Amino acid sequence: MSTVDPNNDAGGDELRDMVLDAAGRLFADRVGRELWQATEAGEFPRGDWDALVEMGLPRALRAEADGGAGLALADGLALAELAGHHALPLPLAETLVGNHLRAGLDGGVDDGVVTLAAADSRLQLRRVGNGWRVDGALDRIAWGRHAAYVIADGDADGAPQRVLLAADDLDWRHDASLAGEPRDSARLADAPVLAAADCPVHTPTVQHWGALLRALQAAGAMRRALALATDYANERRQFGRPIARFQAVQQQLAAMAGEVATAGTAAEAAARAIAADRDAALMIAIGKARVGEAAGRSAAIAHQVLAAMGFTQEHELQYFTRRLWSWRDEFGAEPHWQAIIGEHAIAAGGDGLWPLVSGL
Amino acid sequence: MVSFRFDPVTLPASTLALRDEVRAFLAEELAAGRFTPHRNSWGTFDAEFSRRCGERGFIGMRWPQRYGGREASALDRHVVIEEMLAAGAPVGAHWIADRQSGNNILANGSEAARASILPRIAAGECYFAIGMSEPDSGSDLASVGMRATRTDGGWRLNGTKIWTSVAHRAHYLIALARTAPPGDDRRAGLTQFIVAIDAANGVTTRPIHNLYGAHEFNEVLFEDTFVPDDMIVGEIGAGWQMVTGELAFERSGPDRILSTFQLLRQLVARLAETADARSNVAVGRLVAHLVTLRQMSWSVAGMLERGASPELEASVVKDVGTAFEQEIPEIARLLVPEQASLTRGDLYGEALAQSVLSAPCFTIRGGTREILRGIIARGLGLR
Ligand SMILES: Cc1cc2nc3c(=O)[nH]c(=O)nc-3n(C[C@H](O)[C@H](O)[C@H](O)COP(=O)(O)OP(=O)(O)OC[C@H]3O[C@@H](n4cnc5c(N)ncnc54)[C@H](O)[C@@H]3O)c2cc1C
Repeated sequence: MSTVDPNNDAGGDELRDMVLDAAGRLFADRVGRELWQATEAGEFPRGDWDALVEMGLPRALRAEADGGAGLALADGLALAELAGHHALPLPLAETLVGNHLRAGLDGGVDDGVVTLAAADSRLQLRRVGNGWRVDGALDRIAWGRHAAYVIADGDADGAPQRVLLAADDLDWRHDASLAGEPRDSARLADAPVLAAADCPVHTPTVQHWGALLRALQAAGAMRRALALATDYANERRQFGRPIARFQAVQQQLAAMAGEVATAGTAAEAAARAIAADRDAALMIAIGKARVGEAAGRSAAIAHQVLAAMGFTQEHELQYFTRRLWSWRDEFGAEPHWQAIIGEHAIAAGGDGLWPLVSGL
Repeated sequence: MVSFRFDPVTLPASTLALRDEVRAFLAEELAAGRFTPHRNSWGTFDAEFSRRCGERGFIGMRWPQRYGGREASALDRHVVIEEMLAAGAPVGAHWIADRQSGNNILANGSEAARASILPRIAAGECYFAIGMSEPDSGSDLASVGMRATRTDGGWRLNGTKIWTSVAHRAHYLIALARTAPPGDDRRAGLTQFIVAIDAANGVTTRPIHNLYGAHEFNEVLFEDTFVPDDMIVGEIGAGWQMVTGELAFERSGPDRILSTFQLLRQLVARLAETADARSNVAVGRLVAHLVTLRQMSWSVAGMLERGASPELEASVVKDVGTAFEQEIPEIARLLVPEQASLTRGDLYGEALAQSVLSAPCFTIRGGTREILRGIIARGLGLR
């Protein structure tokens, strides 16, 4: 909070608004039941992905020289929130950040899907000649079968590394998230590494980046679930009046609004922290932990308000809530991040607690 | 649908410098043994402490200099009160005057009231109470029955206020009274009056002890109490708008987040040697809540600074913040196998006891949780 706003120049704001407006229109045009069902059936909607590529969204964080939009990091990350708000069933968030991280790995960029490897996929690196070989397992990787590249946390004799791998040749075992999105696994045995870079302790790992994306996406999806639930409450009539008139319904939705507002605040604060490179690892832990808690509560309230209708495949609420239930667990569920925050706080001690909290 | 936005604020260097200044002041006070940091901060009345705050310019900070203020920003004021509460400083004497009564007088009071009262508040010498609730008017505040009748040069008040915190030690209260019978609009015909708490003028204060035996709130009876015209706050009949405006100040501050912070602090200290996976998770969860709530509260301060009226956002912060305050003792007691005690003499046990015993009031005072959620629901377009 006490940081300097990295994006306070008016030109940057204009660019951000332009990109977000255009992306919002594109998502609204293309995302809906048809697209959700197609991706759940295992199809990769090439035409829709190409439309995102054409608009330059997966590269939005790269410099103009790399065919990117040169968007500031905090602005570009707002695309993840927006994608969540539309339940976009495509690997835009992963590729957006993947292309950003690639700039610090092999420096390359292309139109392929880049995905991020989750927590339990820490890989072992070995020096071979000038390069590296890698062993390990990639576990439940988002969109793995459709990816051209995977960026993962690795380990070279105790030194944390960030590695770039080619994903095309991997033998992916297919699985899916609760929302029916691909979550695939593969084994790596003496596999080649395209690029590796030191990832010093206390700097955000790939898992941190993934957690940040899921926090932002979930904050966006919660915002939509609240809108769906309030609209439904105003339309659905029982006992001769809209159910929104019942105080029990109002009180629940007000509580949900508090959770949604809190989640949005926590996720955006984490995004600002990584953009400003200030307390990023801790702020992402806080963001993911707080959003994860809000996700479950919000989904439960939205479903209670929509009752049987919300429990159908037909109603679109479930495309948002099933994502919330997946995203809160991916890249570390609440206890994983809470333990890290708690260790930090307890190490700071009673007298150090307020300086810690107020310094964030 | 309204979606609530809590835009971040950037603290200017001057605000950060002020934070250092407050910290230095509090460290001095602590070193001199002038307060113990484990008490119920804004429930603790200490006139000497308030005077020292006044000397340092920590009260009425946003007001014009001619009224004893320093024309500080909302952010500057926020950093001062946040540091006071985090340190567990005894700010209870001047709290209400600084948080709301003084602002109300500055915005709506007569020049005479401003000139005679505000400088004394800012000096930490003049304390206020809130005279809203009555025996038959709690959440339904528009139903207040206190009558004000016109007389020569002013008004006469008759009726009873209740739950009036610090009335037994304050110099004034601001009373909400009926100046006209309720018509079609129940909210019309209400007016706010600045009333000196003076037995000679028909004001009687009777103690009401709270559930742990402390005398914090009161019943206040008014019998033909005279209030001169220049102690009317705002237009006759326009009291309701002022009351709701005041509540935005009352609801969003760090006082709705930090009521049990001293317990969290003692808990963290107590866990230094015994922390395990379970306590790390539990403490980490609370800290994640605190950090996020703090951002939201600061964001509301930013809105106040920009001149917005964040009534809805303030209600959200109070709803989420007070639930958090109530959770801290519930979680602490599961982590440390030590019973709460006000008398055993250790800081943890006392903070736990204080927190358990005062927790119920967090979601009552300043508007109940249900009333706040009703306000939020209206903002969502549900009513
Ligand atoms: C420690 C403390 C200090 C206080 N200090 C002051 C003070 O200094 N000055 C002052 O004026 N007042 C003060 N109050 C009073 C406080 O403002 C009231 O307690 C509060 O407004 C609720 O009124 P009530 O207690 O009469 O409860 P009631 O209004 O009788 O409510 C009882 C219950 O019914 C619920 N309820 C009521 N109406 C509705 C509704 N429409 N919809 C749903 N639920 C409803 C409430 O949420 C509550 O749960 C203080 C209270 C406390 C606990």
